[in-house]
Amino acid sequence: MTLVLTNRFNTKDSHTLKVFEESGGYLSIEKIFKMKPEEVTEEVKKSNIRGRGGAGFPAGVKWGFIPKGTGKPVYLAVNSDESEPGTFKDRHLLEKDPHQLIEGIIICSYAIGCHQAYIYIRGEFDLPYRRIQAAVDEAYANKILGKNIFGKGYDLDVVVHRGAGAYICGEETALLESIEGKRGNPRIKPPFPAVVGLFGCPTIINNVETISALPFIINKGADAYKKWGTEKSTGTKLFSVSGHVNKPGVYEVPMGYPLKDFLKNECGGISGTGTLKAVIVGGSSVPVMTAAEAYSVNLDYESLAEKGTMLGSGGMIVMDDSVDMLWALTNLAHFYAHESCGQCTPCREGTGWIGKILERFLREGGTQQDLDLLNELCDSMQGKTICVLADALAMPVQSFIKKFPEDFKRHFKKAAKSAA
Amino acid sequence: MSFQFTPDNKSRLDDLVKKYPNKQAALLPALWMAQRQNGYLSLEVQEHIANELGISPVHVHGVVTFYTMFKQKPVGRFHLQLCRTLSCALCGCEHIVAHLKEKYKLKEGEITPDGRFSLELVECLASCGTGPMMQVNEAYFEGLTIEKVDLLMQKLMKE
Repeated sequence: MTLVLTNRFNTKDSHTLKVFEESGGYLSIEKIFKMKPEEVTEEVKKSNIRGRGGAGFPAGVKWGFIPKGTGKPVYLAVNSDESEPGTFKDRHLLEKDPHQLIEGIIICSYAIGCHQAYIYIRGEFDLPYRRIQAAVDEAYANKILGKNIFGKGYDLDVVVHRGAGAYICGEETALLESIEGKRGNPRIKPPFPAVVGLFGCPTIINNVETISALPFIINKGADAYKKWGTEKSTGTKLFSVSGHVNKPGVYEVPMGYPLKDFLKNECGGISGTGTLKAVIVGGSSVPVMTAAEAYSVNLDYESLAEKGTMLGSGGMIVMDDSVDMLWALTNLAHFYAHESCGQCTPCREGTGWIGKILERFLREGGTQQDLDLLNELCDSMQGKTICVLADALAMPVQSFIKKFPEDFKRHFKKAAKSAA
Repeated sequence: MSFQFTPDNKSRLDDLVKKYPNKQAALLPALWMAQRQNGYLSLEVQEHIANELGISPVHVHGVVTFYTMFKQKPVGRFHLQLCRTLSCALCGCEHIVAHLKEKYKLKEGEITPDGRFSLELVECLASCGTGPMMQVNEAYFEGLTIEKVDLLMQKLMKE
């Protein structure tokens, strides 16, 4: 089936310019230079594609926030800092179709009036870095990037900027700080980056997957894109699946696809014990779902919101019924405590305390008071910090305790057990 | 001898700086280059970079300490970074850790006496569908089993 993002994934040497151009690559460029920049933005708005990094904000609307006539340069920063546990989709887009991303960057840059784009890629990504850098070099050599691209009188430079191991740099303002050569501390918003972003100038930050979908939207039109998905969740989405499934990997499916069918058809069913216990659907930060919830939900923004969770990055972690949810949560808490940037007290202290309480709970047993304390800590963290890293731990903690109480009670100390 | 960029790296740094509106923005790439050349980022290296970019040494130090991939002390010739986060943990990464510790006498955060290996447990490397996995220096090794680890270690011990 021809989809949006993964059509070249199984083609040999799909990362090279030759294969890309032979399979319809860079065709949209001819089209956009016949359009006004506003018309490009309008088409993207019409497609209603929502940001694929996790927040799900409509991309075209975001572009519209760039103020006109400031006299300042406009920047584009492509977020390739893929670090959310369970998420490995952008890595595949960078490794297997880097020119598709570059084509998307040209489309977005033209629409927002940007002549300098940065691709921020996480430091650990070696092959993806080499692939995208080689593609950028190829593009420069073929006048696809640089001065007067495609002979259309438009200049566009692209720099690949490597991170160095910090989850928080995937937060868009921390990412900007990192490009500026600073510690990755998120900024207070407002002002939003579209107004005051990179080097104090208007900046759009979009995820790799969002940008990679643009060539399709321009080539085939917003209506063709909207043929997939639901009314409010249009198009297709990449899901990266890990944990207890027979065929883990990256799959592109239309939005609104039932999760039950996805687990059976794409993922080859539940492995391990064969019985599903829990699914984290959108990267480790989103609330967990029980098997019953997972089997009755569709993969789109609205359906997942009804179950109290989020589509997030599409990083799906599947757990069979042998998994101790206290153990799983303790593992995740360790991650967030390690990755807190430390500038806000509720997050710096809260993530560490939660980690320590859970570790003690797992090691020595706990009490109802411990669970109450964990919930209380989460309440004191959520919405009280500059960025959402604190919420990103609070949501799993509260949902794990609420949805899998037995897994916590099983670890109650003897005295607490009899009291309960 | 005090740290200096090699002539090649110095000219690469000069090119790099031109890609950004100010010199400070070239700090992360400059640190990467220095770490590749020197193995790690000593205070002396940090100070040299600060001078090159016209920024304060304490700013450079703040940045070096923020990012986990910047090393202030040497690591082994083969730096084993094993993912410990949930997806890899669900695939039994603790067996790989235990094996590396028992059979090869590796200790977390330490270099082997011959300087060949060091071990670090790291957070999610975006290789969740192919866990357990580890990054050795820059390369990913995925879908690890005890057998695969043994084969890899034997190869690395001969290199």
